[in-house]
Amino acid sequence: MAAKNVMAITGAEAAAYAMKQIEPDVVAAYPITPQTPIVEYFAKYVADGEVRTEMIPVESEHSAMSAVVGAAAAGARAMTATSSQGLALMSEIVYIASSLRLPIVMGLVNRALSAPINIHCDHSDAMMVRDSGWIQLFCEDAQEVYDLTILAVRLAEHEDVRLPVLVNQDGFIISHGVEPVEVLPDDVVKKFVGELKPVYPLLDTDHPVTYGPLDLYDYYFEHKRQQIEAMKHAYRVFPQIAEEFYEISGRKYNFVEPYRLEDAEYVMVALGSTNGTIKDVVDEMRSEGKKVGLLKIWMFRPFPKPEIQRYLTARKAVVVLDRAASFGAEAPLYEAVKSALYEAAARPVMGSFVYGLGGRDLKPEHVRYAFERAIALDLVADKEEYLGLRD
Amino acid sequence: MPAKYFEIRWHSRAGQGGKSAAQLVAETVLEEGKHAQAFPEYGAERSGAPMRAFNRISEGRIRVHHSVESPDVVVVIDDTLLSPTIVSGLKEDGVLIVNTKHSFDFVRKKTNFNGKVCIVNATDIALQEIKRGVPNTVMIGTLARVTGLMNLEMVGKKIREMFERKLPEEMIQANIRALRRGYEEVQCSG
Repeated sequence: MAAKNVMAITGAEAAAYAMKQIEPDVVAAYPITPQTPIVEYFAKYVADGEVRTEMIPVESEHSAMSAVVGAAAAGARAMTATSSQGLALMSEIVYIASSLRLPIVMGLVNRALSAPINIHCDHSDAMMVRDSGWIQLFCEDAQEVYDLTILAVRLAEHEDVRLPVLVNQDGFIISHGVEPVEVLPDDVVKKFVGELKPVYPLLDTDHPVTYGPLDLYDYYFEHKRQQIEAMKHAYRVFPQIAEEFYEISGRKYNFVEPYRLEDAEYVMVALGSTNGTIKDVVDEMRSEGKKVGLLKIWMFRPFPKPEIQRYLTARKAVVVLDRAASFGAEAPLYEAVKSALYEAAARPVMGSFVYGLGGRDLKPEHVRYAFERAIALDLVADKEEYLGLRD
Repeated sequence: MPAKYFEIRWHSRAGQGGKSAAQLVAETVLEEGKHAQAFPEYGAERSGAPMRAFNRISEGRIRVHHSVESPDVVVVIDDTLLSPTIVSGLKEDGVLIVNTKHSFDFVRKKTNFNGKVCIVNATDIALQEIKRGVPNTVMIGTLARVTGLMNLEMVGKKIREMFERKLPEEMIQANIRALRRGYEEVQCSG
């Protein structure tokens, strides 16, 4: 094995570096705020001649996603990146990308949505497109951003899946934080992602096809059913690709990461960078003899219901941390976890904590507080509570 | 048990290089085989606005992703930012490092901080060596001396790598001279 190549880079640069090694045919991006440094780094690779990607600077995020959709339908490997308001503006075409079954990979730097104006981290943007038919992966740190961006290409393009993938990273906390990232050699990444095998490409003029025509009550429903089934295939295919990635990197991915769960009685569930902070608190509380553990969610869509059931059934208490609110309903991750446990043989006591909106810091003492509440079984399943919020 | 973290908080004005300084420290420390994070705190993005950046350094892997609350070191790149809030959370046995041409008394009076204070006239050094009032490389030299966190040669190597493709050779050498003077010319209270 060659010497490990560790770089000190931000999550944004980790995503861009993975994109450089993937070397997609087309990247389209709107180059100013709320765009992220991901495309800034990538544009530099293009300008320096390090990749042969066709970089299309467009006039809006709506056009960025439109250009990427066009490129993918033509048979190209196409990628982009965005954040918060940018995703909001693209959202019309975000739905179209998944409905057309186009294997686009997009880096999403998770940031709050307006109003009021805020540039910092929360998961409102990802949750806004929760039901748009994209596969969603969440990263704990910059290393995972690099790894999952590469892995996402294979998942998106798998012949049984053919769906777009969002690779989420926490805005500023990961996107602008410098951390060590172990990168693979270019040729290893290129071999892993391989060549895109286009399916019904528009440029195959000998076999003309139409994308997105009128489709009323006669067949629209059947086409939606196919999309539903494709998501199930993603659930089946992901572990195979993760295993292949493990072989080249030594790093194991799955739907979820169980942390000190073997004998844990009180389990926390969360998405994104907060998981690292929770792990430290778990270690601390374990050293005090408290049986706490963590279930980190890597794949949020398709939602890994069997894993949730397997890891959480019969625990004494489960607390779910959400970095987004769902106004008038339960927070998105909590709702999904709670619903997955509806038929569990032994249901844990459950509690929902919303935290970190608009970049509010989640400190170890907040995590500890939520665990203490779980240990005291002082949780009410139908009550939403908040961490780090003024009363 | 979680790793023990050594934490640094940088205070500067946007454009003075606080963010780059934190990044360079992280890169150097990583090269020396330790673990490090560097992250800036973004507010209103305009030149001259007060900004903060952070380092978290450890022998082991760093997993936490929250802000630095009780730093071991506070580095102030612009002494017009000095106030009691600048040392908030600074550990009692922590160090306050300030770029100033004023005295220890001036720093103490502005901050009410009674712990260890180190001062260096980094802006003048930067003006003399780099011909620009960007004192961040000087402050990294000072930080290396005060904390013993980094080998000065390694920092020099990292500066060279960072600027090799952006700056002419004489500017790289000027930055390395500034770094060295920051290391040599710092004065610390007892």
